[in-house]
Amino acid sequence: MITTNLIEKTALTLMDKAAIEIPSDYHNALKKASSTEDGELATFVLKAMLDNYEVAKEDRCAMCGDTGVPRWFVKMGNNASVEGGMVALEAALRRATANATHNVPLRPNRVHPLWRTDHNNNVGIGAPEIEYGFEPEGDWVDLITVHKGGLFGTDYRMLFPSDGIQGIKRFYLDSLMAFGKRGLSCQPAIIGIGLGGSKDICMNLGKRASTLRVVGSSNPDPRIAELEEEFKELGNSIGMGAMGFVGKHMVIACNIEVGYCHTGGMPMSVHAFCLSSRRAVARLFPDGRVEYRTDPDWFTPYQRRETVEWESGSNTNQTHDANSHRSDSTHAVEKLP
Amino acid sequence: MSGPREIRLSTTPTAEAIADLRLGDVVYLDGLMYTAREGVYMRALEERANIPMDLPAQSAANFHCSPAARINDDGSFDMGAVTATASFRFNKWLPEWMEKTGAKLIIGKGGMSSKDYKGYFVPNGAVYLSTVGYGTGALLGRGIENVEAVHWNEELGLAQAMWVIKCNKMGPFIVASDLHGECLFERENAKIAKNVAKVYEGTKPAVLKRYGESDDPTDEVI
Repeated sequence: MITTNLIEKTALTLMDKAAIEIPSDYHNALKKASSTEDGELATFVLKAMLDNYEVAKEDRCAMCGDTGVPRWFVKMGNNASVEGGMVALEAALRRATANATHNVPLRPNRVHPLWRTDHNNNVGIGAPEIEYGFEPEGDWVDLITVHKGGLFGTDYRMLFPSDGIQGIKRFYLDSLMAFGKRGLSCQPAIIGIGLGGSKDICMNLGKRASTLRVVGSSNPDPRIAELEEEFKELGNSIGMGAMGFVGKHMVIACNIEVGYCHTGGMPMSVHAFCLSSRRAVARLFPDGRVEYRTDPDWFTPYQRRETVEWESGSNTNQTHDANSHRSDSTHAVEKLP
Repeated sequence: MSGPREIRLSTTPTAEAIADLRLGDVVYLDGLMYTAREGVYMRALEERANIPMDLPAQSAANFHCSPAARINDDGSFDMGAVTATASFRFNKWLPEWMEKTGAKLIIGKGGMSSKDYKGYFVPNGAVYLSTVGYGTGALLGRGIENVEAVHWNEELGLAQAMWVIKCNKMGPFIVASDLHGECLFERENAKIAKNVAKVYEGTKPAVLKRYGESDDPTDEVI
């Protein structure tokens, strides 16, 4: 049994870590980008950002004054149990969100869309969002908080199979161009692309691709992994850098996640996770142990499963995925280069 | 690479100091600065509430910002990170605000258009300073010597309230417009635009169109 007290205490620490500590995968990638940037203004901007991460940690101060919209992803092993049930867990996450807003402090960003009512604690109708995932094994609970910025860098479009890969590329470039100018999307960023699903799931896939996958990860489908690399290079070949100044670094990583969609469509979403890529993760065990990490490790073979049944402990599933895509050529939208 | 020129500037700057600023200069601010965005503009300009500061005598620097801050039970303030919000959506109120308050430095995210600069910045002797990154909130936090006051918190909430900040070498900011009305971001866009056709080569516009949008990626969306 994982206690409510442990959940709330850990959640409070995660809120603090997410706001203050830049995750190492993104930090290292940005340092690398900074060392090869040659635009004068873009270089100045990246150096200032790297300084900012250090100052945030030294002063225990939020990296960015816009501390985003805090949300939660909860992943549970199939054998996990939570004191007081899921209603108690949700209450603990709402309390931690409100208390951290005051303690860190975070900006109270959440308001009613029409009446602009502000509870000054980032809690309200539907806020923070709490989403769930499950894994076939384990008695642990993973708490993941993401504080993504909310205004720019994200778009959705219903494409169709006839749009093909070139249509996907166009919408990807359109999104980077539209929000990259003047640096509205706070690039260079981890770009997430959602392909497929229904409209809402498509947005979800893209958001999770940008926020729940680390730099250096790739999609297990080798052809999608190739697209991820190609799209990263394509984004960085625009000639636009930080703040929309002339530069070479717009995309730190491009992560693509897919879901089965309506046979007539190919919905697509694009999401940019900003220069303050705020995410923090902890695994809670029934004996009270807590392990902190920065990789949400959300997209497991189980999350990406496509079969009716799930055979426990089956690692061959991933290979099976890739093979089935390969043999499924009649369904491919366009032959890849 | 030498990097951009760095300048210390007062938040009640002289006309000469503003005239000396060049696009791309890096600026650090000293003196009082206030935050004002849609909440403050609507209250001051549409509801005609009295502005609770003596402007521009106390400050000519308007920051488009809401800080990550709290008001303690004893009435004191703690301000953590401060970061700007995108300014383009405030052009509805800015001409009247500048005229009323004598603001000379508009500080925010992303700048405005050269049309805005030529239309009401230049006639008011004002320029635009952009925050850097975006999101050097912790760095800017170090430049806050003191939080002097927060006005209209009850009416507008913490995020929209008018915060008055005493700056000591607060920065960095980048000069994004000058007294000729030139726009740094438009200058950069023009350089990047030359390469855009090549990057788009081979891609196809979507089969299903959308109303009212530009199909020219060299256009801006603000």
